[in-house]
Amino acid sequence: MMRIRVKVFATLGRHIAGGVTGAPFPLEVPDATTIADLVRQLNLPREEVKVAFVNGRTRPLDWPLQPEDEVGIFPPIGGG
Amino acid sequence: MWILRLNMNDRTYRLSEVPEAYKNLGGRGTTSTIVHDEVPPLCHPLGPNNKLVFAPGIVTGTAAPTSARVSAGAKSWLTGGIKESNAGSSWASYFANMQIKALIVEGQPMEKGKYWITHLTWDDKAGKPKAEFLPADPYTGKDLYEVFPKVYEQFGTRAAIAGCGVAGEYGYGNSGIAFNDLGKRPSRYSGRGGLGAVMASRRLKFIVLDSKGAPGVPIANQGLFDQGAKKLAEALREHAITKPKGGLNTYGTAVLVNIMNEAGGLPTRNFSSGRFEGAAKIAGEAIFEGVKNRLGKEVYNHACSPGCIIQCSNTWYKTDGTEHTSCVEYESDWALGANCGIDSLDDVAEMVRLCNAYGLDTIETGTALAVAMEAGVIPFGDGKKAIQLVHEMGKGTPMGRILGGGTDFAGRAFGVTRVPTVKRQSMPAYEPRAVKGMGVTYATTTMGADHTAGYTIAPEILSVGGKVDPLSPEGKAALSRGFQATTAFIDSTGHCLFIAFAILDIASGFEGMMEECNGVLGTNWKSEDAAKIGGEILRKERAFNEAAGIGKEEDRIPEFMKYEPLPPHNQVFDVSDKVLDSVYGEL
Ligand code: SF4
Repeated sequence: MMRIRVKVFATLGRHIAGGVTGAPFPLEVPDATTIADLVRQLNLPREEVKVAFVNGRTRPLDWPLQPEDEVGIFPPIGGG
Repeated sequence: MWILRLNMNDRTYRLSEVPEAYKNLGGRGTTSTIVHDEVPPLCHPLGPNNKLVFAPGIVTGTAAPTSARVSAGAKSWLTGGIKESNAGSSWASYFANMQIKALIVEGQPMEKGKYWITHLTWDDKAGKPKAEFLPADPYTGKDLYEVFPKVYEQFGTRAAIAGCGVAGEYGYGNSGIAFNDLGKRPSRYSGRGGLGAVMASRRLKFIVLDSKGAPGVPIANQGLFDQGAKKLAEALREHAITKPKGGLNTYGTAVLVNIMNEAGGLPTRNFSSGRFEGAAKIAGEAIFEGVKNRLGKEVYNHACSPGCIIQCSNTWYKTDGTEHTSCVEYESDWALGANCGIDSLDDVAEMVRLCNAYGLDTIETGTALAVAMEAGVIPFGDGKKAIQLVHEMGKGTPMGRILGGGTDFAGRAFGVTRVPTVKRQSMPAYEPRAVKGMGVTYATTTMGADHTAGYTIAPEILSVGGKVDPLSPEGKAALSRGFQATTAFIDSTGHCLFIAFAILDIASGFEGMMEECNGVLGTNWKSEDAAKIGGEILRKERAFNEAAGIGKEEDRIPEFMKYEPLPPHNQVFDVSDKVLDSVYGEL
């Protein structure tokens, strides 16, 4: 198992019980967990996940996570 | 359709037919063409030879969704180059319905300190628009929130208002033109480039419209138009960003705060970091939750102008549940928040309200404040002192005038090297060192640093319209050029640029936009013509700038961004000058 930190933003926040949108929370996940595994573990609807960051860089969903990684998950958003 | 010229020297007006060469233009295409054709490039922007041009988009005033935009254009007082700045307002649709293709404000009365109102109505008998000039004395030198209700009292609640605030009267480089929103607030802005001062220097305070009896926009092929409008509306209702209760309707444009912060590209404390520890407190999510807490219910956003499906405009409320201000946009929120190190939404909202009241551009205001903070005038993060400085701008004190001159001007006054401007206009809320394509747009657009000119953030950060690495300099000239050209076209249609999120992903939406235009104009444009037509507009803008002495040497990012690595990615801006020159070199 390894420890990571997770942040979930905008409408995805509705799926995290008691979670504050954008507030980081620690999580224990099995070694070699990918972003896609994490999305499943958090019960986030896969079709609503648009962009995921690992330590500030956009990464594909099959990206394997490392201990102490900070993951940010976003639905489709835009503005300007 | 008419070209309406207001001569401010003797307060007369002249209507003429639209010349053949202008027939298929709209919005930015119209304003930039007229500025290019008629304004001497070397004139003083506040002198008698500059002209202020207003133009509705091609489909503005029709049933096309999200299309009530008006472009304002002139030689910019801030940049010294060409300027187009558009806003959404009922003013835009009324204007279009009066069949005015362009309104050109010319001349300058000799008498100083006296301002005028132009009242435009539809003359039913003559079958054309009519202009009257009335003194604006009771309305000058005042807060626009105080003045707007009185203007409505004078001209009736059906009226629509465009005008400048005290920032324009003082001649600030940072002064916008305010338009009414649907709640009759002075809150929709052609904010950038000092157009408020250009308007005030013609001694024109307000243009008040009443389109009663006006015939509406002529449509050449109604069936085609309807088909296009339907396709576009479907795309907007379907896309997750633009649909009802989607990202923009729920969280407003400030939904970008968190994602830009996450990407390390949220300029913080005068562009010294790409991450702000207080980002979550001022983000769109915090606005939504804050309003819910204060009002005890969820509030979705509203439309700034008639016929908008997206409806992205928010309202912030005080702790007692009364309205504080509308609208806390992403750029305003960032400029007056993260970029000043301020994490209180109440302080940010107060400054947004003051910018609306005084006629200031929120972006240029926040970036000038941050430069003053860097110089030690007030500390970073001190919201209360920042509010005081905005008041000084509104009062025209010597300090206020330094800040009102704009970010570049303030940087010179205070001897600061970290001044985030291109062509003297300050950068908005995206860090060029963390999002290189946006840096290319800032550097090369004809407008001075401007995110709306070529929003490469869509593929670089949001994964909309493709996916590219924001930190890589590779391929960014072509990316920015393509976005700049297509944007110049969208800015001409009269659609709000936010339709781009949907039509970049949904091809039938893009087709719909083209069919709407073909329906109105009787043209036969295809989707691929958008970038071609936009490119023509860019060429004219570029030619004006070159003749005004703004050549490729000014297509550069500020030097400090080339030697100061930006945390957290510790990158510098590493797009070469040759690549920057190729953006327009290969247009
Ligand atoms: S999307 Fe927002 S800014 Fe654009 S027209 Fe609609 S409400 Fe106005």
